[in-house]
Amino acid sequence: MALPTIEVGQLIAEREYPLDRGALVRYAGASGDLNPIHYRDDVAASVGLPGVLAHGMLTMGLAVQPVVDWLDGHGWVSGYGVRFTRPVVVDAAEGATVTVRATVGVIDDAGARIDLSVSAAGGTVLGKAQVRVSAL
Amino acid sequence: MNPSLVEREFPPTAPYLVGREKVREFARAVLATAPLHHDVAVARAAGFADVVAPPTFPVVVQEATLAQLLAEPDGGIDFSRVVHGEQRFDYVRPVVAGDELTATLRVTSVKSLGGNSMVTAESSIVDGAGALVVTAVSTLVVRGDDA
Repeated sequence: MALPTIEVGQLIAEREYPLDRGALVRYAGASGDLNPIHYRDDVAASVGLPGVLAHGMLTMGLAVQPVVDWLDGHGWVSGYGVRFTRPVVVDAAEGATVTVRATVGVIDDAGARIDLSVSAAGGTVLGKAQVRVSAL
Repeated sequence: MNPSLVEREFPPTAPYLVGREKVREFARAVLATAPLHHDVAVARAAGFADVVAPPTFPVVVQEATLAQLLAEPDGGIDFSRVVHGEQRFDYVRPVVAGDELTATLRVTSVKSLGGNSMVTAESSIVDGAGALVVTAVSTLVVRGDDA
């Protein structure tokens, strides 16, 4: 199946993902990453962090979902890379919101590169977040 | 950090059998709602043997190789100072439920930058037939004493 028709620079998806402490505990269990900086304020503070942080791999994992949804079975994610530039602090009461914007970076014979802009609390949290998509 | 980590050989991890409910559980945890991750009939109609794992699922298998790296007695990596710097996955095909995956670690670079050290670890993840499924690459930053 062919990829959907796109052009370079096109915004293909924009989504907001609310995260609360429950989401962090769920990811800890599902992934096996039980580092307490992701659910204990006292431990986070003791190592100098501004608060309990979302797992970087949770942020990476959810940030690609708008692309998967957009592909809708017409293609698949054949490569995905990010830099962790800034942590997502998840407040016990207020939680946090991660915003993902996915735009077309490159189109080539193999498929396309989708570039993700991922932010929380007004700052970019993933750098060089690029998704390689290929026709199925 | 010990630069000789780069030449070291690490044994393959114990085989990891990817369960259907594990795929669904991981998908819920990363807010992945696409039917391919949850509905066997949808996955099969798209040509897959079973539900498809979300793109970052291989980290669950890769984690065992990073544990090997951090456990090297002469590696000089203090876990409490490790920060995840970069991550990437290059897939030959998506992981699906029923796959039995084995990962083998290779350290591709050890660098010093300012007071910090950086180690890049590449884990080749193969299926039960020995065919490569995905390569997972992590760059870990180990903060120096003053950082």
